[in-house]
Amino acid sequence: MNEKPVIDQEKCQGCGLCVDICTCGALALAGDVVELCAADKCGWCTLCELVCPYGAISCPFEIVVEDEGSPH
Amino acid sequence: MTVQLEFLKGLPYFAGLDEAALVSIRRYVFEKKAERGETLAFEGEPSDVLFFVSSGVVKAFKTSADGKEQIFRIVRPGESFNDVPVLGGGVNLVSAEAMGPVVLNGIKKKDLETIVRERPPVGLNVIQVLSRRVQELVALVEDFSFRHVTSRVAKMLLEYADRKAGDGPRLTQQEMAAMIGTAREMVGRSLKNLESAGTIRMERNRIVIADRQALREMAGVT
Repeated sequence: MNEKPVIDQEKCQGCGLCVDICTCGALALAGDVVELCAADKCGWCTLCELVCPYGAISCPFEIVVEDEGSPH
Repeated sequence: MTVQLEFLKGLPYFAGLDEAALVSIRRYVFEKKAERGETLAFEGEPSDVLFFVSSGVVKAFKTSADGKEQIFRIVRPGESFNDVPVLGGGVNLVSAEAMGPVVLNGIKKKDLETIVRERPPVGLNVIQVLSRRVQELVALVEDFSFRHVTSRVAKMLLEYADRKAGDGPRLTQQEMAAMIGTAREMVGRSLKNLESAGTIRMERNRIVIADRQALREMAGVT
């Protein structure tokens, strides 16, 4: 759970759309910008990234192989 | 910081050169660092530095008039960008942006020309690098022409999966969409389809390829 959505506070305009759509309660507005107030609650649904009109939030995925080396 | 000989040795541009040659080339190489989101090359502008990614990941992309992004390449450690404008003249065909903190090794156009003149095998290596680049672009056109979106997503996941956790590029769904020429929503839908089929598993910020062979079949990769 160390990974967190990346918030670019220079791009953030503080519109609050991401806070409204976040069902996990992980985001909150702090003054004019959004911040991750409860990273442990973030379920990585990526709705915040989807809804942000300014491209200020990124939820990048790591791609890994589970069955490497298994016989196929 | 001094550029490591081992790093230069591993670059396709300098494959097969002995240590003396690499030491000689090293004097032309300089280091540059950039942070996530920093633009390293602008589409349509001239460029006179060839960059090799030493650490981190860079995306090479074009942006349409209405702001839509198409990613052409994810440039990983050991790979280069800006090759075409530096080798062929003219302007950058694509823009380049750091996807996280990156360390680059650069060589100026005039210095690269000196290296090629002094060491002809480098010229052959350059031809091989550019040939691979053409192969990649042909594969991209093939994907756009003949593969449906789920198949493209499957192929992209196979391509960017990394065996060692933590080393591979981390991609947002928007970036995945920009790589395979579709909308973000279609990527989300395709990931759900692949998960329903049991080929992948979504684990918070990880996409786990659970059945590589099945994914290869979906991607049409033999």
